[in-house]
Amino acid sequence: MNKYIRTSLAGLLTSTMITGAAFAAGTHPTTGEALADDQTFTYRILDEHSSVDPQVVEDVSGAEIVRDLFEGLMNQDEDGNLVPGVATGFTTNDAKDVYTFTLRDNAKWSNGDPVTAGDFVFAWKRAVDPALSSPYAWYMELMSIENASEIIAGEKPVDDLAVKAIDDHTLEVKLSAPLSYFPQMTTHATTFPAPQKVIEEFGDAWTKPGNIVSNGAYVLTEHLPQERSVRERNEMYWDNDNTIIEKVVALVINDENVALTRYLAGELDRTEVPAGQFPRLQKEHPEEAISFPRLCNYYYTFNLSEGGPEAFKDPNVRQALSLAVDRKIITENIMAGGQPQAYTFAPEATAGFTVPDVEMASMSQAERDELAKELLAEAGYGADNPLSFEMVYNTSEAHKKVAVALSQMWKQKLGVNAELANMEWKVFLEERGNQNFDLARGAWCGDYNEASTFLDLLQSDSGYNDGKYNNAKVDELLASAKTADDAAPLYTEVERIIAQETPVIPIYHYAGVYMMDSDVGNWPVNNVEQNWYSKNLYKTAE
Amino acid sequence: MLAYIIRRLLVAVPTILLLIVACFFLMHFAPGGPFTSERPLPPAVLANIEARYGLDQPLWKQLWDYLYNIVVHFDFGPSFKFKDRDVNDIIAQGFPISLTYGSLSFLFATTIGVGLGIAAAIKHNSWIDYFAVGLGIAAQALPNFIMGPILILTFTLWLGWLPGGGWNGGQWPYLIMPVIALATSYVGSIARITRSSMLEVLNSNFIRTARAKGLPTRTVIWRHALKPTLLPVVSYLGPVFVYVLTGSVFVDIYFSTGGLGQAYVGSALSRDYAVLLGVTILYGALTVIVNLLTDLAYAWFDPKIRY
Repeated sequence: MNKYIRTSLAGLLTSTMITGAAFAAGTHPTTGEALADDQTFTYRILDEHSSVDPQVVEDVSGAEIVRDLFEGLMNQDEDGNLVPGVATGFTTNDAKDVYTFTLRDNAKWSNGDPVTAGDFVFAWKRAVDPALSSPYAWYMELMSIENASEIIAGEKPVDDLAVKAIDDHTLEVKLSAPLSYFPQMTTHATTFPAPQKVIEEFGDAWTKPGNIVSNGAYVLTEHLPQERSVRERNEMYWDNDNTIIEKVVALVINDENVALTRYLAGELDRTEVPAGQFPRLQKEHPEEAISFPRLCNYYYTFNLSEGGPEAFKDPNVRQALSLAVDRKIITENIMAGGQPQAYTFAPEATAGFTVPDVEMASMSQAERDELAKELLAEAGYGADNPLSFEMVYNTSEAHKKVAVALSQMWKQKLGVNAELANMEWKVFLEERGNQNFDLARGAWCGDYNEASTFLDLLQSDSGYNDGKYNNAKVDELLASAKTADDAAPLYTEVERIIAQETPVIPIYHYAGVYMMDSDVGNWPVNNVEQNWYSKNLYKTAE
Repeated sequence: MLAYIIRRLLVAVPTILLLIVACFFLMHFAPGGPFTSERPLPPAVLANIEARYGLDQPLWKQLWDYLYNIVVHFDFGPSFKFKDRDVNDIIAQGFPISLTYGSLSFLFATTIGVGLGIAAAIKHNSWIDYFAVGLGIAAQALPNFIMGPILILTFTLWLGWLPGGGWNGGQWPYLIMPVIALATSYVGSIARITRSSMLEVLNSNFIRTARAKGLPTRTVIWRHALKPTLLPVVSYLGPVFVYVLTGSVFVDIYFSTGGLGQAYVGSALSRDYAVLLGVTILYGALTVIVNLLTDLAYAWFDPKIRY
C-alpha cells in the first residue's frame, strides 16, 4: 500500500471514534462531523445499467445499484473484509464443503415481509434455472454448489440445487468441492435474495419502480433509461437507523469529459478522471482529486497458439519486448492517474498475495533495454532481420496512446516493427478469442479479491486464456492452490514462472481515479474491488 | 393525388421489407454477437440464453419469426442488453424525446436559416449579406459534436445558467443546449441554399416583370419570389427533417437526453439485434413518409408539378 496515493477524503482522515457520542441530529454518530442537510449522493455512470435484477445483472454499474437495493448473506466493509449482511454468521464442516448460514430475524423486505432462508433458496435456484438463462449462471458453478453445472446444462431439475432452508433463519449449502473462500463469494449480486411473490406477480416487469420490492438499505424510486436512476432510503431495512444518505442518484453520462465539466459545475459528487488529466486536476482541486489502487490489470498477450507467429515461440523474444517497455512513461506521462507499474500479472493490491522478486522490477530501464537488445540478438533478430508483427487493441483514445508508445519504444530501442491495428470491441473480442492476432491488448478486473481470479487466466484450459499459454507446472500449481491452506507461496511461484516465460507483458495495474466532492465521507478507498455501499457514506456540511 | 399517395405507400411496403432483410443479414454477419463478452460464457450458459431468444434457430426461421411477431403482435422483440425492457419500450421512451428536441431544432434551424438567407439575398453585397454569409459558414463549420462541449463549457461551467445535461421531462432549461447544438450546422446550410436560390429567382424574368409593373419590393419578395426560392430548400429539408427527428447520437451522448440516437448506436455496438432492427424500421418508415410529404409539398411550391 506504500504507493497508495490519497489526497483527500476528509471522512477517513477525521474518523476518530468518539465513544459515547450522543446521536445528535445533524452530526455523524461516530466521527461527530456536522452532517449536511441534504443527504443526496449523485454520481456518474458511463452507460445505462443492464438490469437491477440480482440474478440477471451483469455490468459493474448495475451491480453497484443492486448492492444498494438488495443485501446478500455477507457484505464487505471499507477495507473489503467480510462483515455480516442478512446472515449474522456461518459455520462450515472440516471438509469445507458444507456451509451453514444463520440469518438475522429482523431483516425485512421493503414491503414489510421478513427475509427468510427460502428467499435465498428461490434466488439461487433462479440463478441456475435454464428458463431464466442468467448470463451469470456460471457464477453459481464457480461457487461449486452441488449440481449447479448439471442444472445449467439441463441434465438435472432446478430443485436438485444443493441449497436448503433448514428453517426460516438457517440456510445450508453443499458444495461439490471444498472452497475456503465461499463466504466471500456471497457478497456478489448473483447470490442476493429475490422476492418470489413479486416476481411471480409482475414477471419481467418486477424491477420497475413501483413494482420492485427489495431488502437492501434503498428502494428504487425512479428510473429513466439512459438518463438517471434514483434510489431512496428503505424504511424497512434492519439497519435503517444507521443509514445516513437519504437518496442516491446515478446519472448516465456517456462522455467522461462532459461528466467532468458537470462535476466541476457542481452537478455531481463523484466522477471518473479522464486519462492524463489527473495531475492538472490534482493541482487545481487537491481536496477532490483522489487515486487509489484497484483490482485490475492492463497487459498485452502473445499469441502462443499453433497458428501464432513463430517469433513469439521463443521466450527470449517475448522477454525482450517486455523488458523494453518503459512502464514509467506509460503510467506517469500517459495515464498519469497514479497507476502502479506492473511487473507481475496479479496486482500488488490483491489480498494475501506476495509479489515475488521479479528480476526485471529491480533493474533500471537502461539495464532492461540493454538486456532486451542482447536477448533479441540472441534470438536472431537485428537490423538485417527486423522483427515485425501486428498489435491489436480495441478502439479507444487511451488504448491508442499506450499502443503508440509501446510501438515507438520497440522501434527505437530494438528496431522492431510493430504495426498498430484497432478494432471495434465485439470484433476485437471475436478475433482475440479465435487467436487471430500476433499481440493483443488485454485487461482483467478481479471477480473476487484473491490472486487466482487473475492467475487462472493463464491456466491452459481456461476459457479466458486467449494467448493459449500452456505450462504444465503452472496448471499444477494453480490446481493445488484451490485446496491449499495457504495458497500465497503457490501464487508467488506461478508469477515467478510467468516472469521468466513472459506469456504476457504486464503494463500497469489500475487505479481508481476520481473527482470526489470533499463533502462525501467514508468512501472505501481501501476496498480494492470498489464494492461500495451507499448506506456507509455520508455528506458533511460545507 | 390520392391515387398517387396510395401508390407511394404501397411501394413503401416492399422497400421497408427489403431494408429489414438487408439489415438483418448484415447484422448477423458482423463479427461478434450480443453475448460475446470479455468473459466468454460457458457453452451451457450460452446455449440456455440462445435458446431463450431463439438465436439457436436457423437464420431464415429467426427472420420469419421476427416478421411474424411484428405483423401479428406488433412486437419488435426483446432487448438482449436491457433485460427488463423490449424494443417497443425502448422506442416508446426514446422516440418522444428525440422527436421533441429534433422538431424544435428543425424549426429553429429553418426559421433562422431561411431568414438569414433571404436577408442576405435581398441586401446582396451589403454588410448584411457578408454578415449572414459569414455567420452561415461559421455555423456550418460547427457540427453538433463541436457545439456540444462548447455550449456545456460556456453555459454550465462558466456562466452557470443551464444544467449540463439530462432531460427532466423536457423542461425548457434542459432543451436549450441540445436544440442549439443540433440546429447550428443546419442553420448554415439552409442559409446558404436559401441565399443562392433567392438570388437566382430575383434575377429571373418574372421578377423583373413584377418589378417593372411597379409592385413594391415587399410584395415582389413575399408574393412572387419566396415560393420558388424555397423549392430547393424543401428538397434539402426533407432528409434533414428525418435526421433530426430520429435524434442525434452526439446530442444524446453530450447532453444525456436519453433519445433514440444513443440507443441506435449503442445497439449496433452491443449487437442488440432487435433494438437495431426496430429503430432501423422506424427510421426507414419515417424516411418514406417524409419523402412523400416533401414530394407533396413540391406541388404546393411549384404549380407546374402535378401528380
